[in-house]
Amino acid sequence: MTAILDINALCLSFGGQKVLDDVSLSVQPGERLALLGHNGAGKSTLFKTVLGFLRPSSGTVAVAGHAPGSNPAREALNYLPEVVSFQRNLSGREVLSYFSGLRGTPKTEVSDLLARVGLLDAADRPVGAYSKGMRQRLGLAQALIGAPRLLLLDEPTSGLDPVSRHEFYEVIADAAARGSAVLLSSHGLEEVQDKTDRIAILARGQLKAEGTLADLAQEAGLPITIRISAKPGAADDLHGEFGGRRINGCRLDLDCGQGTKVDLLARLGRHQDRLRDIEICPPGLTDIYRHFSRMGPTEDQI
Amino acid sequence: MSTRIGTVFGQELRQARRNLWVILATAVLGLFALALALFGAGQGSGLKVDVLTLTAVSLATLSVYLIPLIALLMSYDSISGEVERGSLALTFATPVRRWEVFVGKFLAQTVAVCVAILIAFGTVGCIIGFLAEVSQEGVYAWLRLMLSAGGLGAIFVGTGLMLSALTGRTARAAAAAVGVWLLLVVLYDVALLGAIMAAGEGIFSTHVFPWLVIANPADAFRLYNLAMIDAAPVAGIDGLSQTLPFPPVAALAALGLWLMATIAIGSARTKRIVP
Ligand SMILES: Nc1ncnc2c1ncn2[C@@H]1O[C@H](COP(=O)(O)OP(=O)(O)O)[C@@H](O)[C@H]1O
Ligand SMILES: [Mg+2]
Repeated sequence: MTAILDINALCLSFGGQKVLDDVSLSVQPGERLALLGHNGAGKSTLFKTVLGFLRPSSGTVAVAGHAPGSNPAREALNYLPEVVSFQRNLSGREVLSYFSGLRGTPKTEVSDLLARVGLLDAADRPVGAYSKGMRQRLGLAQALIGAPRLLLLDEPTSGLDPVSRHEFYEVIADAAARGSAVLLSSHGLEEVQDKTDRIAILARGQLKAEGTLADLAQEAGLPITIRISAKPGAADDLHGEFGGRRINGCRLDLDCGQGTKVDLLARLGRHQDRLRDIEICPPGLTDIYRHFSRMGPTEDQI
Repeated sequence: MSTRIGTVFGQELRQARRNLWVILATAVLGLFALALALFGAGQGSGLKVDVLTLTAVSLATLSVYLIPLIALLMSYDSISGEVERGSLALTFATPVRRWEVFVGKFLAQTVAVCVAILIAFGTVGCIIGFLAEVSQEGVYAWLRLMLSAGGLGAIFVGTGLMLSALTGRTARAAAAAVGVWLLLVVLYDVALLGAIMAAGEGIFSTHVFPWLVIANPADAFRLYNLAMIDAAPVAGIDGLSQTLPFPPVAALAALGLWLMATIAIGSARTKRIVP
């Protein structure tokens, strides 16, 4: 299978400051890739390079095999920027008709798209009267015009409430099911969990990790925390035997790896009379994300 | 290609209408034209020309100020504003060619300015026709005025869009538009008058000066309109219109060159915008 988007050793600087540093990525048809990164990590810059707005200092980008910004590359992709405000006095339908005209797709598609993002009722109201969520959905509808082969969505769900966010990802899943490759950026791992096929983590312009969520969790190798509540007076003994961190008078946290978890639980079982409760806490998504986005060259050496 | 330009054109024209630009421009131009017509009618009996010709002359002089101002106001924000709002990034991500965006906007705003001129000057022309006797020469002068005013509007729409593409920021585009208007419409004439007074009679005033006048689109427009009217009561720089070293239509050619230059520079510059 050939990748729709192929980024190879991409570097980009703004006046000496390296904003993208040796980034390589590819997205296949029908695949959803989430690009995660803190503010200023270089996500938007990456999108603008794929669009051909910015020129790489070195490295290559190919959109459906074509140079970014070339006519066939722009025909292959659709884009939803981070911040967009449409002309306030145009209606949603007029906005979509405009972009449909620029892409040379049939105007009959417009009503169908408005229905897909749930804006059919508001189609003829001016965009100025739309809520933030409605504007964002209009932006998404715009990005779906002409069944693009590559969808670039820059922080498409920031500022949306959980329900709208959920609906948003359903529309994206639907587009991917129809064969679009999707590259979308986001701030947090929780948000894209189960919503995308693969995840890439960008920090300070460098790609820190890439793979499925399970891959990332394994690669991070973060400890599992076993949280024990002891019966009154028993906490000191348990602390003496198992070590770990005392949280308060009756609570104790133990860290263990995936391989030693069962063994530790078995040993704990022998102290059943001293235990009130055991809680197993696998590393959270936030922990995994923080692990990768913090891991800089200096921290590696420590 | 044509559908993409047509799409930009349609969108832009709709904007001009919804923002009430066309109505506002029509009202301003119409009121000034009417005022000049009434003034002309008041003094017309003392002169040997008809009211229509007389009004065409004074309206040509006034249009030099008004039409560039209207055209610049309509266009200066058109590209820079979209850069700042982020909507141009969306447009540029589609298969539309960048020059098509520039040309589409140019055509739509030019049509908006021309419609305003046509309605305003056309209505006032008809009113004069009803109220006073008009000569054939007057009708021609009026038609020439309307057409060349449309051309002047097109040049300054092109200039405003070019400045918008060059600066890429609304605040800077506004400053540049005001600067260009002052320079071409006001300061240029003052500088030329100073130069001719300093140089006196000679090679400069007969051979260099006329070319300097038509090098400026605003002056070229006025010169063309006045030079075509034999009986025009004129003074100052416009006195030149009776002793031109070239036919008056050369001024039109100068306008055409300006138009092509602004569109070429603007389109080229639009290609380099990072939205
Ligand atoms: N036009 C620009 N000129 C100079 N620096 C820029 C420009 N655009 C972005 N940057 C810098 O590049 C870095 C990455 O920005 P960006 O791609 O917008 O990050 P993100 O989208 O991940 O929040 C930031 O440090 C930002 O300051
Ligand atoms: Mg960003």
